[in-house]
Amino acid sequence: MNENVLSRAVPAKTSGWLHYFANPGRFLRFVQPILPWTAGVSLILTVAGLVWGYEFAPADWQQGDAARIMYVHVPAAWVAMSGYAMLAVCSLFSIVWRHPLADIAAEEIGPVGAGFTFVCLVSGSLWGKPMWGAYWVWDARLTSVLVLFFLYLGHIALIRAFDNKTHGYRAAAILALAGAINLPIIVYSVQWWNTLHQGNTISISGGAKIYMTMLYPLLISTLGFYLSFLTMVCARVAAAVCERKTASALLAAAERG
Amino acid sequence: MQNTWPFINGAYGVTTIFLVAAAWLTFARYRRALARLRQAETQ
Repeated sequence: MNENVLSRAVPAKTSGWLHYFANPGRFLRFVQPILPWTAGVSLILTVAGLVWGYEFAPADWQQGDAARIMYVHVPAAWVAMSGYAMLAVCSLFSIVWRHPLADIAAEEIGPVGAGFTFVCLVSGSLWGKPMWGAYWVWDARLTSVLVLFFLYLGHIALIRAFDNKTHGYRAAAILALAGAINLPIIVYSVQWWNTLHQGNTISISGGAKIYMTMLYPLLISTLGFYLSFLTMVCARVAAAVCERKTASALLAAAERG
Repeated sequence: MQNTWPFINGAYGVTTIFLVAAAWLTFARYRRALARLRQAETQ
């Protein structure tokens, strides 16, 4: 029988806010009241960013209106990479501290992150055709993002590949940590190799190379995508915790007769 | 430059369909899980 992940104890000596919220019941009590608010704000920001980018942002002097794809492609790419970083952190917590919530979070991040990576690949492909004349090229940036998509799919599959789910969580966590090496490769691929994909337009150290009229809708769209991702992941984790609590309650009721 | 709107509309279409579908499926699962938990706790 599968081990009930809620029954595994968290080490008593651990501390800090991450450990505090590792308790599934405590996480549920914290997340449930804020979910409607984050859902509402993410909806407003995402719609505002997309409408602004599609309708009101100026066209690029070189790429014309095709540059409007940036407002869906770039936020999806950032969320895809950040989602995988979160997956790797959860996997680290799972392996080192055996937090019950870390396994659940990793399991629920996978499908959402894979979805955003898929959107990034498809929108990038639709941007590539009018600009490069091809939907796909085996360029370092494109290929490394495709590898990221396969890592997400591998993580989803590996969790479900074992009869004992705990073994699936361990194997998937190792895959997620090993696959984290792909993140710097994605980021620096445009610098390390000659790529058809353009270089970084926005960087933390170098600032932004685009006008404010294009930067604002991009940032709003990005905030909306990030908040949508976090809302979906938190709702999925909350649902997973509820499902496990339901299973435990039904089991207890059955044992009582 | 060739007409790029089919590609722009396609990219926005795929993104919107994904976001709406993912949000809907998540919301449906969350509500179902909450309802089942309440039902199990009252048994």
